[in-house]
Amino acid sequence: MKAKHQRLTLAVLALIALVGAGLLAAFALQDQANYFYTPSDIVEKRPAVGQAIRLGGMVQEGSIQRAEDGVTVKFTVHDGATYQPATYTGITPDLFVEGSGVVADGKLNADGLFVADTLLAKHDENYVPRELEGIDMTGNMTKTDTLIE
Amino acid sequence: MIAEAGLIALWLAASMAFLQFALCAIGLVKGQDEFFAAIRPVAIAQGLLVSLSFMLLVWLFVRSDMSVKLVVANSVAIKPLLYKITGTWGNHEGSMLLWVAIMGLAGACIGIFERNLKTKTLVTTLGAQAFISIGFYAYLLIASNPFERIFPVPADGQGLNPLLQDIGLALHPPTLYIGYVGLSIAFSFAVGAMITRDVGPEFAKAMRPWVLGAWVFLTLGITAGSYWAYYELGWGGWWFWDPVENASLMPWLAATALLHSVTVLATRDGLRAWTLMLAVVAFSMSMIGTFLVRSGVLTSVHAFAVDPERGSFILALLAIYIGGAMALFALRVGTVKEGSQFEPVSREGALVANNLLLSAILGIVFIGTLYPLVVEGFTDEMISVGAPYFNLATGPLALILVAIMAAGPLLRWRRDQVNALLNRISIPVFLTAAALFGLVIFTTSMSILSLLGLALAAGIAVASFAPLWKRNLRRTPMHVYGMVLAHFGVAVALVGMASETSFTEEKLVAAAPGDEIMVNNWKVTFQAIEPVAGPNWTALEARVTAQYEDQAIHEAAPQNRMFASAQMQTSEAALLTRWNGQLYVVLGDSDEQGRWQLRIWWKPFVTLIWYGGVLIALGGLLAMVGRLRRAVRQKQQRAYAEAVL
Repeated sequence: MKAKHQRLTLAVLALIALVGAGLLAAFALQDQANYFYTPSDIVEKRPAVGQAIRLGGMVQEGSIQRAEDGVTVKFTVHDGATYQPATYTGITPDLFVEGSGVVADGKLNADGLFVADTLLAKHDENYVPRELEGIDMTGNMTKTDTLIE
Repeated sequence: MIAEAGLIALWLAASMAFLQFALCAIGLVKGQDEFFAAIRPVAIAQGLLVSLSFMLLVWLFVRSDMSVKLVVANSVAIKPLLYKITGTWGNHEGSMLLWVAIMGLAGACIGIFERNLKTKTLVTTLGAQAFISIGFYAYLLIASNPFERIFPVPADGQGLNPLLQDIGLALHPPTLYIGYVGLSIAFSFAVGAMITRDVGPEFAKAMRPWVLGAWVFLTLGITAGSYWAYYELGWGGWWFWDPVENASLMPWLAATALLHSVTVLATRDGLRAWTLMLAVVAFSMSMIGTFLVRSGVLTSVHAFAVDPERGSFILALLAIYIGGAMALFALRVGTVKEGSQFEPVSREGALVANNLLLSAILGIVFIGTLYPLVVEGFTDEMISVGAPYFNLATGPLALILVAIMAAGPLLRWRRDQVNALLNRISIPVFLTAAALFGLVIFTTSMSILSLLGLALAAGIAVASFAPLWKRNLRRTPMHVYGMVLAHFGVAVALVGMASETSFTEEKLVAAAPGDEIMVNNWKVTFQAIEPVAGPNWTALEARVTAQYEDQAIHEAAPQNRMFASAQMQTSEAALLTRWNGQLYVVLGDSDEQGRWQLRIWWKPFVTLIWYGGVLIALGGLLAMVGRLRRAVRQKQQRAYAEAVL
């Protein structure tokens, strides 16, 4: 193989690797780019039951309830417009309190309940999850608003 | 006056950097060598001055000088001494000063120790180094002065984020920074070599120890960061694909590729342009990492400093340095003649494959990390890219990469036969197949990636020692041992990752004192809850005893800590380590019936992840020391030969 050919081969290989990586990334992104959902997104986009998604929103005031087993919490996530009931079994992070932002990884079950595997714990008391910046936290809701369950 | 002295030292260091750059530029333009002689002492002076400035800032933190704004914002008088010191870099300004201090010291080290480069390339390297430093000095002096005073002087500081009060933080950022800055040296070398058109084996040999050193520190930094997140955040995970984690992974991937391509350049005089390119990319990645972490475009577990103005400053620096280097590369790449030839099946071929795969993984991580930012920039949509994407896209490539890693060292340089390779690698291949077979039969519900990972790890563990086969072990050069050790470390880490992912057992209970919980073969007994107090926190501590298969009883004490100064809680997990895994106990909240949440994990072989990381770094260290020793010895032999003749 001549030097020129070798250089060309290497360049082509590098190009294939990069394009391949791009395609692989695009393929995986297509599958996962809708990873983040607000409660309204769940209504609009209807993720499949069992699909891994990330739910973000505010924890509704007065919605956190502990189950009998002592390790499961039920709560409602809202974005000022829509309410999504959720459940999590585990130790909740210290900053998981009513009226604050929450981001959770998990899936919807057949009843439309969001089952979280992880609550993302963040460590700053002033922390607002990046994905929630756009959401109007005060919303137009009051404590008398009823849940859509 | 200490703060003023620190600021003056910083200004002086900045002017030294300016002088260093000017000496290089004038010398190059006028072609006068007199300017070159002065550059070493100037570089050394710059390193000393900026270190002095940093030490003075540390001193301010140790003394808890509350007239300095930075100390007030990040320290508190009653904090333990260790965390006063580490608090120096647990914030934005301090960590940036640490960054330039390491950079200045690195320049001083080049000035003192580097004797292999041609004078012109050395001078250009130091000039490029100074040029980068100037930007950071300007950034510190204009946008974020660490020595700024505050008036009126408050009675006490606001304290350090409790999560940062941990020995992990004492070591983690400086280690990473040394790695990042080490890559800036490789970058400067590349720029120097591109300007003087002096790219060849000698250049590669001079650059290699610096790349190795940077890579060792990056590896250690990532390993330490992973372990810190694992035990300090109390969530039991070791890798999160968090943007800030990715910011350190991306330079590591590029540096790993660079490390291997620089070897091709040093040994076989091949891959010249590619190596230069990687040096530019590697440092660009550490700059982009800095930008992501420091600019506030991301909010993450580890990020601090949310300030768009500073973000644009770093972005401008990024554009100048990376853009400049890329432009230089485009101009000069044509003049870099290609080196020697090789066949596809050869050591070079394997290293090229390694480089392409590493670059592809880097590209995937890069896309996944920046994609949400780009989408937000152009649309109103908020998205996040999470672990499912990264695992899906990088996992298969990583497995191919480690398979090549096992085969590569068994190939000859320049050309080899496929049959010969298959012959050499038959035992590891057989082992991998056997492990795969065994796992499929005897385990249930393993994910395909973990399954392949575990099976491959078995093969690689053996294959990594194959380069020592039939060699005289006492005469084998140290860098070969380094490679063997690093590759073996990959196998070790792989076992830990796959095993933790697949075989972790978890129990989550609400327990009252006296309750017993079985997790794997551990009998865990919840004894009591007691209040305890530390220097600047109080805590509720669970007394837990754990017994492994009727052996000795261990005690564990997970805590929930309350920090008064920051008004926040942290969870301190209790870890019991055995040779075959770790028991991880976290304490949660109590409920009305007086029960306490306990989360207990048995994570088999999880510690291998970090042992593997340490082995990889150790391998790099051995290789570096071996290379340096060899260079010294060769120089002595040459001097001896000349003296005799």
